[in-house]
Parts: sequence; structure tokens; C-alpha cells
Amino acid sequence: MTTTLSSRGLPRVVITGVGLTSPNGNSLPEYRRNLLAGVSGVRPYSIRYFGPTLAGVCEFDVLRHQSKKEARRGTRAGAIAVWCANEALKDAGIDPAQRDRSRLGVFIGTTEHGNVETENEVHNVSQYGYDLRYWSHHHNPRTVANNPAGEVTLNLSLTGPAYCLGGACAAGNLGLIHALQMLQLGQVDLALGGGVSESIHTFGIFASFHAQGALATHPDPTKASRPFDKHRNGIVVAEGGCLYVLERLDDARARGARIYAEVLGYHVNSDASDFVLPDSEGQNRCMRGALAHAGLDAQAIDILNTHATSTPSGDTVECRAIAQVFSDSPRVHVNNTKSFIGHAMGAAGALELAGNLPSFDDRIVHPTINVDELDPDCALRGLVLNAPREAAQVEHIMNMSFGMLGINSAVIVGRPPS
Amino acid sequence: MTRDEVILAVKDIIQTIAPDEDLSNLDLGVRLRDQIELDSMDFLDIVMELRKLYGVQVPEEDYKHLATLDGCADYLTPLLAGKELHCASKA
Repeated sequence: MTTTLSSRGLPRVVITGVGLTSPNGNSLPEYRRNLLAGVSGVRPYSIRYFGPTLAGVCEFDVLRHQSKKEARRGTRAGAIAVWCANEALKDAGIDPAQRDRSRLGVFIGTTEHGNVETENEVHNVSQYGYDLRYWSHHHNPRTVANNPAGEVTLNLSLTGPAYCLGGACAAGNLGLIHALQMLQLGQVDLALGGGVSESIHTFGIFASFHAQGALATHPDPTKASRPFDKHRNGIVVAEGGCLYVLERLDDARARGARIYAEVLGYHVNSDASDFVLPDSEGQNRCMRGALAHAGLDAQAIDILNTHATSTPSGDTVECRAIAQVFSDSPRVHVNNTKSFIGHAMGAAGALELAGNLPSFDDRIVHPTINVDELDPDCALRGLVLNAPREAAQVEHIMNMSFGMLGINSAVIVGRPPS
Repeated sequence: MTRDEVILAVKDIIQTIAPDEDLSNLDLGVRLRDQIELDSMDFLDIVMELRKLYGVQVPEEDYKHLATLDGCADYLTPLLAGKELHCASKA
């Protein structure tokens, strides 16, 4: 059988399933409906030591895909991953029992893993005078960096490669990119790729963003995450996850799969300039790198989903990079998903791309909400603010995710091949 | 705690550790691992809960005494003689 190859001579890879949990939806249809209806998933939240704050909180039925014992023994990130994996496979119409389980890979991006579990154990032993005989034997399997992917393999009896990719807040894209690469290399025949985050369960992340002056506040929780607004004042931390089923185009066609999109190109690079501050030059190079990899000009991008986290400096830096790359792109629509759900950290890239995939069908671009007064420094061409907009065409979507230590990632997907 | 209460205490801990299991028909003389799904990590959980709830330290060489509910009762009743029963799961 002849393999359908990309212009780079590699097998073409498509997305055929989506499983997600977001603060405003537990399936792609529900999530998309709420993105078009302006429904936020941010709410009041409280966590030990830090106290009252805001967060994007997911409410999915953990016991739909896990036994009580699995849920008790595992982690929140594991539960999110198991949910997303099962929902994605179901969405793709794939029963793992009917497949060679050694040829199914799981590649999950995480911003961090282990903070939640370690904080829990330290708190636990603090109740026993810091006597380490009370430290749980579950601590190591819960905190190893491959925990979420490993929990998926245990839940679904998968025996192929499965691990996590640590990429700060660019990690969701990394999971997708690595899944694509493993399919193109022939290492797997089916891949689950994306990202998860349990970050709202660690007080450390709230305390650290607060110490950095980067944690959002607003009297109305649903308006706290407001990228591009002149009065934005920081990040809303969120949990969530999104895993995609990816297959080689030929395999997907052979089984008559519904195809959401084709992954056309990507790029990952590093700023090498600061621990926390973003760099528009590095972001610029990342976007241009992804366009070159996909063989596209900036003018070909119809939807650009931004990373913008609602911090005063971060959004400005990113908008500078976008303005440089897309200044001659009358077709581009620029939006942001964190304004609805907060910053889902390692899940952000995957979740934010997912919310835009239905645009290939309906040509509607979901907006950035909560922009009451647009920051002049963020006044980009093509911004879709506060209400959805219909595009004349949607052929290509670019999703950007950046992270601490200067990691940048960009993924470009195209309309499902006819 | 009486011997019956010790058995109740252990079943209560097991119910917390293995919440999917039905403990209503456990045979006191048969190995727990032959009746319900318990692995070595679960077994360590039982030991940990005994430590947390009742302050009982079970040394590793004595784990073998906890294989059956009868064995648990034989081993733990003297150690829990002056302790109050704490039931979380109502097993």
C-alpha cells in the first residue's frame, strides 16, 4: 500500500478523536457551545495555606472510567488523563481491545507533576509531628513524571510507549507534536497526545504567581481572566486536560474515520533570555518556524489562537510578536481561550486548539471575552473581541503556547483533507 | 476493643482502601487476598491506617499475621485492648 506523504516526505497525520475536560465543558460539543456563548469556567476557589482565590475548576465524572480504588490510588492528573483518553478513543470510535495495544502510544504534556502529591504528603506528616513513618508508600508512584500517562496505560491495558513531556505551559502542544512524530516514525500506529493539568491543587502555584504579582483578581470571578484588556492584572490558574487521537491519514481513511483536522506543521524553540519573562523575538521565530514547517505564509492562517495569559507584560510581548508576523494578513482572526477558562497550564495548548477545531465546519471564530477596554498595546488586526465572528473561510489554524524558561511552541492544523 | 470490634475495625479500613469491594460475606479464615482484590500496596495501606487510627506499629516480620481476618483478630486484639473503635466506612 502506498503511504500518503506530506511535502516533507513523511506520512500525513490527522486528528480523529478529542477527549477533554475543561472548566466550562466535559466534551468538545459542550466546550465549544460555551465558548460561543461566552460562558466562563472561572469561580471562587480556596486552597490550604493560600486561602480564597479564583480558579478554573473541572467537574467530570471520575468514576465513569475509573474504579473508586483506581481514583483513590492515583492522582488528579491521572484521573484527568484517564478521562480524556477514554473520551477521545470513544469519540474516535476506537475500541483498544480490538487493536494491537503495543502499537498505541500515550504522550502527555505537563507543566509540572508531583507538587500536589508532595504538598499533600508534607501536610499529612505535619499532622503526625513530621514522623516519616506516616509518609505514604504511594508517594513515589504518584509523583514520577510519567504518572498521568502511566495511569492511562493501566486503565486501558495499553503496552506501547507512554510518557509525559515536561514543557511548562507549552506542554499541551508538545504532547500533540510528539504523538505526530511517533506516528511518522512508525513507532506507533495510534497515538493519544495532548496535555493535562492538576495545578489548582497545589497551593505553591498560587503562592508563587501571587509573589510574582501575576495572579488575577476581580470582584466578578468570570471576568478575572481578561487578556488584552487594559486593566488585566494576572493569571487565573485552571485545571483540565485534552487528549487527541492521532492517526496516519491512510489508516484513518481505511477505517472511515471522521477527521477533525490534519496537523500540518509545528515548531518549538527557546528564548534563552529569562526564567519567567517572555521574549517577542523568540515567539516571532517560533511562529515563523511553524509556518515554514507547514509550507505556509502567514497570510494563509485564518485563526490564530494566542497564548496570552492576562498578565500586563506577557500579553504585550506576545502581541508585539504577532503584529510583526501577521501585519500583512487580512485573513487572520486572533482569539484567546484563557479568557473563558483561565490558564490550564500543561493542558492549555491542547485545550485551546480543541476549542477552535469546530471552526473548520461552522467558520465561526470564538472570541476573547472580558475585554471592556482594549489595551492599545494589544490592538492587533483581526482581534475577535467579546462576541463570535463568522469568517469567510477557515482553512488553517495556528495555536501558540509558551512557557517559563523561555519555551515557545506553535502548531498549525488544516481543514480535514477531502 | 473486643475481638469482634477488631474485626470490624479491620474491615472498616479495608473498605476505605478497597471501596469497590463487597465485604459482607468475607470468610474469617480465608486469606483476604483470595477473596477480594488486594495487592501489596493495599496491604501497606492497612498497616498505615492501623498506625494512624490506633497508633499500632506492625513490624514487617508480623505482616503474615494479617493475612486473614481471624489472623488480624488474633494478632491485633491484645494490641487494641484499650483502644476505641473508629469506623469511617461503616463496613
